[in-house]
Amino acid sequence: MELANIEKLVEKYLNAETSLQEETTLKNYFTGGNVAPHLQEYEYMFNYFATIKDEKFTKTIQLEPKKSKKRNFKWLSVAASIALLFTVFIGKPQYDEYKERKKAEKIYAQVSKGLQLLSNNLKKGEQAVAQLHTYESKVNQVLK
Amino acid sequence: MNQSDFLKVVLPFKDKVFRLAKRLLVSTEEAEDATQELYFKLWRSKEKIADYKNVEAFAMTMTKNYCYDRLKSKQASNLTLVHSNYKEKETSLDKKVEYQDSVNQVHQLIEALPENQKIIIQLRDIEQYDFDEICKMVDMKPTAVRVALSRARKTIREELIKKHNYGVS
Repeated sequence: MELANIEKLVEKYLNAETSLQEETTLKNYFTGGNVAPHLQEYEYMFNYFATIKDEKFTKTIQLEPKKSKKRNFKWLSVAASIALLFTVFIGKPQYDEYKERKKAEKIYAQVSKGLQLLSNNLKKGEQAVAQLHTYESKVNQVLK
Repeated sequence: MNQSDFLKVVLPFKDKVFRLAKRLLVSTEEAEDATQELYFKLWRSKEKIADYKNVEAFAMTMTKNYCYDRLKSKQASNLTLVHSNYKEKETSLDKKVEYQDSVNQVHQLIEALPENQKIIIQLRDIEQYDFDEICKMVDMKPTAVRVALSRARKTIREELIKKHNYGVS
């Protein structure tokens, strides 16, 4: 390809008026190695275009998306918050009940302690009364 | 449309999808994810695909839109894209390295172009689609596409000349 022709094509190329075919001609010239010094910048351009086109997508393409971890975690947090809410709702009355029972037990213990004390003292009184009773019967016997 | 039919239709252009995604998203990992995501989407709409005349153009449009969305959400979350695909240019005496650098420079220069010019130069100069297809993919008028392409090519050329002269003197 003569240089004059290439120069003309380059001019058209810059104005984006070249056809694909003409661009292929340019590409062949500039990647061929024998480039006129004043057109060197095009050599860089076309070599870049050619190299970059060799880049391939090497991974295998999957058609069904993998289950993403992110989404699972999102649902997990929702489930956790619901569970928490439920435990609070259900747990609250049960906890109250438990507290009441504890309180009742405490009161029961106090009351039974008090009653024990009372009965102990009553027993003492009863013994005294019993002694008095025997004393009185003895006195009655003597007086008879 | 069963799976093997579907794959026969969509697999031929997977590299093009990947390269476009990489052009827009810069990082290889992002581009791979985007490609994978795009194929999920295509598979989900496989019933519709049978009706499309040009599935490839449709897929490229979807890729473009998907990448734009990704970029927007990235900006929203203040993440910056990391340029990791080219080496920093160094002052080297080795001619081959210098040449390699110049080719890498082109990558940087395209990186710096506005989004629509970036896409159009990718579709035209790298993937070699014809203008009708590009118009459909980017949803622009033919004249607008040509203007953008011309601007992109001129910018790259001028910047290359600038850098080259700077290096010499």
